[in-house]
Amino acid sequence: MIEIKHMTKRFATQSGTVVALQDIDLTIADGDVYGIIGMSGAGKSTLVRCINMLERPDEGEILVNGKAMQTLNAPDLRAARREITMIFQQFNLLMQRNCLKNICLPLELAGAPKAEAERRARELLALVGLPDKADAYPAQLSGGQKQRIAIARALATDPKVLLCDEATSALDPNTTHAILQLIQKINRELGITVVIITHQMSVVEDICNNVAILDGGRVVEQGTVQAIFSNPRSDAAKRLVYPAGAPHSEGMPGRRMVRVAFNGTQTTDKPLVASLAIECGALVSIVAADTRIVNGQTLGSMLLALPADPAQAQKAMDYIGTYPGLTCEEVKGE
Amino acid sequence: MSEFFASKDWQTLLQNLPNLPYATWESFYATVGSTLLALLIGLPLGVLLVVGEKDGVRPLPRWLMQLLNAVINLLRSIPFLILMIAVIPLSRILVGTSIGTVASIVPLVVASFPFVSRLVESSLREVDAGVIEAAQSMGATPLQIITKVMIPESLPSLLSNTTIALTTILGYSAMAGIIGGGGLGQIAINYGYYKYMPLVMVVFTAMLVVMVQVFQSIGTRLAVRCDKRLRR
Repeated sequence: MIEIKHMTKRFATQSGTVVALQDIDLTIADGDVYGIIGMSGAGKSTLVRCINMLERPDEGEILVNGKAMQTLNAPDLRAARREITMIFQQFNLLMQRNCLKNICLPLELAGAPKAEAERRARELLALVGLPDKADAYPAQLSGGQKQRIAIARALATDPKVLLCDEATSALDPNTTHAILQLIQKINRELGITVVIITHQMSVVEDICNNVAILDGGRVVEQGTVQAIFSNPRSDAAKRLVYPAGAPHSEGMPGRRMVRVAFNGTQTTDKPLVASLAIECGALVSIVAADTRIVNGQTLGSMLLALPADPAQAQKAMDYIGTYPGLTCEEVKGE
Repeated sequence: MSEFFASKDWQTLLQNLPNLPYATWESFYATVGSTLLALLIGLPLGVLLVVGEKDGVRPLPRWLMQLLNAVINLLRSIPFLILMIAVIPLSRILVGTSIGTVASIVPLVVASFPFVSRLVESSLREVDAGVIEAAQSMGATPLQIITKVMIPESLPSLLSNTTIALTTILGYSAMAGIIGGGGLGQIAINYGYYKYMPLVMVVFTAMLVVMVQVFQSIGTRLAVRCDKRLRR
């Protein structure tokens, strides 16, 4: 379990002190895939580096499996770092070592015998799907292959936690998906806790269970991915969930408008708009909509115009209010 | 034409030509020996200049870094001709004489290790900070980062910079001929400068040119061959 308690990190710059992270509180459970998302400059890379003390927090506590990271002495911290490994946006492979030797590096640093390190490295090459690249140098690989080697390297010391710092940001969408699949497989098969730093909502959508949204050095929202997708409350969350803006429209004259948010309605459930017409007899118009399906659940929201007749409108409103798996709010003056 | 072959210049050249192989050898070992010794001192210093910085992998006290930089800059700013004379007492202590090829290695090393440490510094700075961070995230000690990451990753650059050092030191070793340093430089200076026999000077200097060409092409080839960043 990773617990971050009241953590603050400041940087001294020429124009004075900048607060990069302020009073961060996060708990990441064992075996979770936890996303930390934010725009560039939100402080997410700093946050992840505070977990393994590549950056030292100025205030607060970081507990990884009960160990207070900031109090460890140098040898203990080095030992702890073998259990919290990291992959990077730019892969950070050693360009003068072949893939096998790159994967051996963490074991070599830990003093493992060469033969054992190479045996383990070959196992990991097979795990990441590149068994024939042992003798290849990083310069001969594609971006996706480099990240696979970096993942193998990060797994060499049997870590408990894998930190991914924008690990897919330099990759194309197909490769991104394949790498995320690999990370998911590692999480499920090896039980490694994964922390994913990203600015891409699609990454969170793809594999995270829980997510924290970072904006201006603060956690502005956190919760399950479904909850935040279906009903983003903070401005930062809204910007990320609806990059083109939340569905909105000019109001329709004389009609009440209602925004419906799907909180993970099962796609197999009965359809809302059709049910309104059939069961309630209310003919509503979809004015704007931005919904998507994640892990078989409908997420997103819709803007509906209720029937012009006030009685019909009220009836429709009541019906939506009791409909399972969604929340609604009346929208005025949009 | 026969006038030329009868000239004193030509005759002296013929007399000295048998010395060419040995003089070349003297220049060669003074240069290679000095370069190796300069690397022995300059490599650790260059490493300290990089790792000892405020954001380096093993920060050192500020005063120590300032002192190190000041001493290196000081030694680099003294003209070689003056340094050569200034270290004569040191040569006497270390090798028992201040004359000859072995003795010339002392001023050559003193003059070149600060230069070599700057070359090493610039090579090590080329190593991607992300790779060093990755090693830190794996729990590498500062010494492991130096020996397993920084030096191996900058090896191609270290080799090309060593070649630069080698050719520069060859030039210095020729200059050491002035104080009896031996080798090609001494013969070129003695005959060309003191005795006005340009032909001898030209021939012996040409040998220096050949040596630079050989050093440089071997160095470049090695640096390219060991660089795994190039796709082949």
